[in-house]
Amino acid sequence: MSVEQLLQTIAGYLNGNDIFTVNTLGMYWDGFVNTVQLVFISLLIGLALAVPLAIGRGSPLKLVSKSIWLYTYIFRGTPLLIQLYLAYYGFAFVPGIQDSWLWFFVQDPLYPALFAFTLNTAAYTTEIFHGAIKSTAKGEIEAARAFGMSKAMMMRRIILPSAFRRALPAYGNEVIFMLHASAIASVVTIMDLTGAAYYVYSRFYAPFPAFIFVAFIYMALSFSIQGFFRHLEKRLLVHLKPNNR
Amino acid sequence: MIDLHGYGPRLFEGALLTFEVAVLSVILALLLGLVTATAKLSRSRLLHAFATLYTTVIRGVPDLVLMLLLFYGGQIGINAFTDWLYDAFGIDIFININAFVAGTITIGIIFGAYMAETFRGAFLAVDEGQLEAARAYGMNSWKIFKRVHFPQMMRHALPGLGNNWMVLLKTTALVSIIGLADMVKIADEATKAEHAPFLFMLPVAVGYLAIASVSELFFKWLTKRYNVGFGET
Repeated sequence: MSVEQLLQTIAGYLNGNDIFTVNTLGMYWDGFVNTVQLVFISLLIGLALAVPLAIGRGSPLKLVSKSIWLYTYIFRGTPLLIQLYLAYYGFAFVPGIQDSWLWFFVQDPLYPALFAFTLNTAAYTTEIFHGAIKSTAKGEIEAARAFGMSKAMMMRRIILPSAFRRALPAYGNEVIFMLHASAIASVVTIMDLTGAAYYVYSRFYAPFPAFIFVAFIYMALSFSIQGFFRHLEKRLLVHLKPNNR
Repeated sequence: MIDLHGYGPRLFEGALLTFEVAVLSVILALLLGLVTATAKLSRSRLLHAFATLYTTVIRGVPDLVLMLLLFYGGQIGINAFTDWLYDAFGIDIFININAFVAGTITIGIIFGAYMAETFRGAFLAVDEGQLEAARAYGMNSWKIFKRVHFPQMMRHALPGLGNNWMVLLKTTALVSIIGLADMVKIADEATKAEHAPFLFMLPVAVGYLAIASVSELFFKWLTKRYNVGFGET
């Protein structure tokens, strides 16, 4: 069943409702798609960036570890809104960008927002993974060394898999945090869920239906993410469960 | 140097407003957190259910949505209430929900939920024997709370409270969206007028880092104070 057909079916239940028409529900749906897309893509790229950064954060080379520390310190110490504004307004002022192919991306507010969100979540995720790597049990590393594993193999086979598992609960929180933080995308004219709710509010001057409805959508999303991570934890963290029989 | 096209002093005023919002909302959050944690630990099922509903809803909804709801909906709600007061009892009052009140209350309510979780864990971490000893001395429950439970709970709560404060500080940036002239809002206006985003946004970022660094020192001092008698931490 296509989205239009679904909306037609819903319209039957909505007869007489002034605010929640097929039109506004369609806006909420578009907002939902935009929010999920924005959050999912930035989380995915952020995760890919965070793994090497977390390894580098624990590097014995002071220059590498200190510069990664500085990056996470700045991005975790300032509001995401500032980072978003810097990306949104700032890119246009990079010399020569208007003549390059990058200009295509800068014109659409979606890409600066993606850029800011990605760097922000990468910073938080780096610290989460760094903490998990640091807390690897000494015995595991000694055992790997006794097997004659190289540093790279030890990282790949021993340290990272166990660190990922330990990082799972904190990373689940970061995903929910990102979903909630993405609401500010509406400030730079992106029509995300909050943007759709704001439009419905200003169109009908009905703050309660507009915002409470969107609050329920966010809640449903948050609790689905939470449930997904709980499920993952149950499967992957069995060895950490206290065995109280 | 610090003039910034004449926006320097205004940015400084904005920083003061940011700090003001942060301090007022953290006070509200601490009070709400203590009350909610107590409700969560109480034997009353009703109180427990209310507290759980509160913390669950807050954790599921973005801060900005709650702020918009309170800012745009708050006045309508309050007006309906005062109208009813006038019709029913002849009491004529007017309460104005401006951006400052809406922003501060929203942030306070949001972080009240997070503080509650921190306090709950910390209350549970206090050794049961300490409370039994206090009871054996014949202290009433308020005195037990004031002299034994609260001071020892704070030792466990401080790291969590420090984290919450740092997150709260950054959340205050959202009040610029509902029109309050904090440092983000002024930097945004200046950027639009002067077309120099880096010139205005970077000092604001430094401002946040500065407040965060100063609060870190403050929390170090507090931690030392509440750990007296527990050795080096």
